[in-house]
Amino acid sequence: MRRRLLSTLMWTLALAVSWAGTLVPAIQQQPAAAKPQPGASSQLQRGKAVFDEWCAGCHAPGPRRPGTQALDALYKGKKPGALEERTDLVPKLTETFVRKGVSVMPPFRKTEITDADLAALAAYLAPKNQ
Amino acid sequence: MAVPPGVSEQNFRRALERFARVVGSEWVFTSDEDVALYKDAYTPLWNENDEKTASAALAPNSAEQVQQIVRIANEYRIPLYPISTGRNLGYGGSAPVLSGSVVLDLKRMNRIIEVSERNASALVEPGVSYFDLYRYIQERKLKLWIDCPDPGWGSVIGNALDHGAGYTMNPYRDHFGSQCGMEVVTGAGDLIRTGMGALPNSKTWQQYKYGYGPYIDGIFSQSNFGVVTKMGIWLMPEPEAYLDGNIECFNHDDIIALVDHMSYLMNTGVQNAGTNLQSPLRFAISQEPDLRALLTRDDAASVARLNDVARQRNVPIWSNTFKFYGPEEVVRAQWAYTKRRLGAITNSRFVDGAFYRMPLTEQQKSTLRDEQDLGVPTLGTFSIGARTAQNPTPTTGHLGFSPVIPMTGEAVIESQRVFSRVLQEAGRDVAANVFPQSYHPRTFVILVMFSVMHNVESNRQTRTLFRRLIEVAAEHGWGEYRTHTTFMDDCAKAYSFNNNALLRLHERLKDAVDPNGIISAGRYGIWPRHLRRG
Repeated sequence: MRRRLLSTLMWTLALAVSWAGTLVPAIQQQPAAAKPQPGASSQLQRGKAVFDEWCAGCHAPGPRRPGTQALDALYKGKKPGALEERTDLVPKLTETFVRKGVSVMPPFRKTEITDADLAALAAYLAPKNQ
Repeated sequence: MAVPPGVSEQNFRRALERFARVVGSEWVFTSDEDVALYKDAYTPLWNENDEKTASAALAPNSAEQVQQIVRIANEYRIPLYPISTGRNLGYGGSAPVLSGSVVLDLKRMNRIIEVSERNASALVEPGVSYFDLYRYIQERKLKLWIDCPDPGWGSVIGNALDHGAGYTMNPYRDHFGSQCGMEVVTGAGDLIRTGMGALPNSKTWQQYKYGYGPYIDGIFSQSNFGVVTKMGIWLMPEPEAYLDGNIECFNHDDIIALVDHMSYLMNTGVQNAGTNLQSPLRFAISQEPDLRALLTRDDAASVARLNDVARQRNVPIWSNTFKFYGPEEVVRAQWAYTKRRLGAITNSRFVDGAFYRMPLTEQQKSTLRDEQDLGVPTLGTFSIGARTAQNPTPTTGHLGFSPVIPMTGEAVIESQRVFSRVLQEAGRDVAANVFPQSYHPRTFVILVMFSVMHNVESNRQTRTLFRRLIEVAAEHGWGEYRTHTTFMDDCAKAYSFNNNALLRLHERLKDAVDPNGIISAGRYGIWPRHLRRG
């Protein structure tokens, strides 16, 4: 029932180091992310499947998605909070966050997201020209 | 290369070669980069010498491979630390209690072996998450619900073994209570099946728990006697309807009658789910030091002042959500009876809540306030500590101190005051941090949440405070139902009746079932003979 505390808990410690705050602004704007279309490469389709399985729970659009909520709060409208709407997620950035984690997002092990799956995910979220 | 304690580098290399022959070299992780992925992401020991780290990790994909690994580990005395999905964040995650252990990562064992709609049960492997089981059921349009804890990526088996709980109907929300039959590789390397599973060709492994002879399933929960490789779990037949409603009370001592009524309603099956007892006033006054101080006092004048504030601000001191699952006419009657029974509490008021007929549409699912109440897994719990507009500095994780207290209003009042005083002495927030939850039937769990940070000093202060809370709770007869790996010894020591007789029995069992002390050394305070202190 920890979730019921969300709207009311007072978090008094304020010392977190934010990866998002240091890394993300350095990334240049890129063309829109590559979304798999009918006939899209199997890697992009695989990337979409990885996203749906491992990322969407926190990073899909809409309410009650902690990752989207956190990025909305970070960017304040300058960038979309939902990852699939981003245009600047170069593969290295996705790979770093998945393997290093950030804030309350833990790293993901290779039994969860293999290196091949991570490459597909990074390709799926990457700008088209990556 | 890190080496397990007490193991020579030469023997460790030999063992790793043998492990690789079992699981394949691609599933043996030894590089610093790969092994670092097994750290506890929410550790309160971040960047300290005591931070828990593995020496390597192995990822088998079958019980047979687990059995071979355990036998090799016995041969070389390699400490293993099994994890299921490794997502027990807040309780140690994927990091071993004993640094240098080899993590036995069971995530690849993710087969849903059977789901029986008629028997309302499933048989799964440890890598199966609540999301996995939910998707399986949805894809096949089975009229079954899962009962999921906060994070949907948790393991069905792992959560049950850790005595986790969920949010739907009794008895399904008590996850270990809903398990029915295990397959276990013991520390000595034997493969056993419990309950009716011990009967070859059994037709009732997931239907009758007790089998024949002593019921031993419990020794494989919160312990380290073996590796559970399969488990049966009872599922909930999809109810026809769901209804909830709230009661709000404005007198401090109303909690006594309120909990007595709640207890009666639960124990007679009228209210057939967990409770959600809250104190809206605690939050309303959390930023007002004078009023907040009242929360630690038990004199009549302080109570009267709280009552006055509640009435003046029209903010209830107590509230509870009642949830009902069943046929529409039944759940409406249950709520009507609940209101009639609790109407005796003076000045209380009722607020009708949600009502759904099943099955839910996808549109309805997307707008649910509390998905898990309707059997839908989510990751919404990770909003705790995450960056929001109101919380611009996110944490790096959280911990929960969670002692079991009696299900009485008096116990709620006493425990809130006691823990609020400890928090106040430590300079922490006393208003928001003490919640009575109904994780399991017949008791409350008081939940005190802490953030963990990438900050050594603040984590040290939190650990000191956490240990103080364990001591104070024990002085009052309250003990934790579950805890983070950092505090497992501390909690075990609190359960000390008759010169630690229970812990000593656990140790004798450990010596018998895992004679070389291979599995999860130190988990829940149970250490193998060669690592025991004193």
